[in-house]
Amino acid sequence: MGKVFKFGNDLDTDQILASQYLLLPTVEEMSAHTFESLDPGFPGKVKPGDFVVGGENFGCGSSREQAPAVLKALGVKAVVAKSFARIFFRNAINIGLPAIVCKGLPDAVATGDEMTLDLEAGVAGVFGDEGEERYPCTKLPPYMQNILDHGGLIAFLDDGAA
Amino acid sequence: MGMTMAEKIIAAAAGVPAVSPGEIHTVRLDRMMSNDGTTHLTVDMFNKLKHPVVAEPGRLVFIADHNVPSDSAKTAASQKKMRDFAKLYGIDYYEGRGVCHQIMMENYVCPGELIFGADSHTCTYGALGAFGTGVGCTDFLYGMVTGKSWVMVPESVRIELCGRLPDGVYARDLMLTIIGTVGANGCNYQAMEFCGDGAGALSVDERMVLCNMAVEAGAKTGLFGPDEKATEYLAAHGRKAKKPVFSDPDAHYIKTYSFDLGQVRPVVAKPDFVDNLDSVDEVAGTHIDEAFLGSCNNGRIDDLRVGAEVVRGKKVAPHVRFLVSPASATVYRQALDEGLIDTFLEAGAIVVNSNCSVCWGACQGVIGENEVLISTGTRNFKGRAGHPSSQVYLASAATVAASAVAGAIAKAV
Repeated sequence: MGKVFKFGNDLDTDQILASQYLLLPTVEEMSAHTFESLDPGFPGKVKPGDFVVGGENFGCGSSREQAPAVLKALGVKAVVAKSFARIFFRNAINIGLPAIVCKGLPDAVATGDEMTLDLEAGVAGVFGDEGEERYPCTKLPPYMQNILDHGGLIAFLDDGAA
Repeated sequence: MGMTMAEKIIAAAAGVPAVSPGEIHTVRLDRMMSNDGTTHLTVDMFNKLKHPVVAEPGRLVFIADHNVPSDSAKTAASQKKMRDFAKLYGIDYYEGRGVCHQIMMENYVCPGELIFGADSHTCTYGALGAFGTGVGCTDFLYGMVTGKSWVMVPESVRIELCGRLPDGVYARDLMLTIIGTVGANGCNYQAMEFCGDGAGALSVDERMVLCNMAVEAGAKTGLFGPDEKATEYLAAHGRKAKKPVFSDPDAHYIKTYSFDLGQVRPVVAKPDFVDNLDSVDEVAGTHIDEAFLGSCNNGRIDDLRVGAEVVRGKKVAPHVRFLVSPASATVYRQALDEGLIDTFLEAGAIVVNSNCSVCWGACQGVIGENEVLISTGTRNFKGRAGHPSSQVYLASAATVAASAVAGAIAKAV
């Protein structure tokens, strides 16, 4: 169970982390500026195990891997969106941050709601008036799931799985 | 059934006779490029690997272009890490010589190659018939260590161009029109292939404008068949087409869009999305604080010629900062030789070094609260060029230069 932080369609990576912070020495230093243009209090509010939920084309724009990296550094458990821009999607899986396509859930949740995500079953859930509503998620291609299962591409490489 | 260019390039890199959209293949990378936006992170990760090796340093290129020259001690430390690594492993290294994609086009890219770059605009290389695509720094690291990576074969979309652009209308207007038509995620995960007599008539520099912004429609890459114009470009830069690849006549495209170039008009992308298209006429008179002519999209010699012609004998409006950044040192020198830099300086422009400049919203030219920038750059997301309340309009070199003089958005006459 984690709290939802909800964002809209076409959320670009400049909003996740602005250019001026990309060359800071560490991802930890950068993470203090996550979502600064949209919700400057985000780094202080988000707790490990929380979720970022978006609409269509989440993570469009720049290839900056710092975007998924700061979310992971802040403890975000997964990003759930209707669709992802391809570079963000690939980067997230590569660093071991689940990026999960779920068409139904984003419209059913608001910031502050509590949600669950069962990665193995591919089901996202949110608690409403009539109990838990469950929404199916799209499974990753096996190749990408394998990378995620290793904890990311570097662990995949270190494990000799490459 | 035949294959598209994108499919043929991936098949060759995977060492298999044929591939189909949706398949995932392990591929050998012909070349990889990384810039100062993320290389410091790549180096940190490399140093923590169990077996830190660089498979083929000769295939790598490092280019510092985003925060150049360094704007702070922290940036300097990040760039030193990159510079030292390049020296240690014998990797080609550039600093302050231009925007990475322009340097790659001038010195490295060849038709038929598969190139990964740790920058989203790596799709620019399709102007020479190479499959270039943007990746993050972990993907880059993996490729650096193994010489390989994995790709999912994209579906291909045919962008059919017919006719010729009218006078005063540029490739930039065309690409903004294309993105405005297909939408900012209209080609997500797909390869945009530009075809037709109108595509054949465009110069390689113009083709770069189109391929460069393919990612702004969500595409994995943008491609032109490497025809005689590509061959001429390569020859002028001392290279040859080693393995040019063309789509088969019976290749499969998931969709076709057609554009009559004769119908394209001067346009802008309004804040805060690249597909928020409008005509220059509709937004004429909008106040601006800054104008920018440069970037990997639109800072080449043709663009500088167009901009200089517009401002020749005129003055930049007193309240406007007009930044001009030639896309590479080569372009800068040519602009000097042609007297274009003189023209810009005479008009009151600020000519800066060849780098990413305000297009990426850091280092130089960053705009303040509620300010408005009109730019030949690549993106206009909320706060892209500075303060979250600031706004960016994207337009051609001609429109940017005319607006700099007028102090408000204006069409070049």
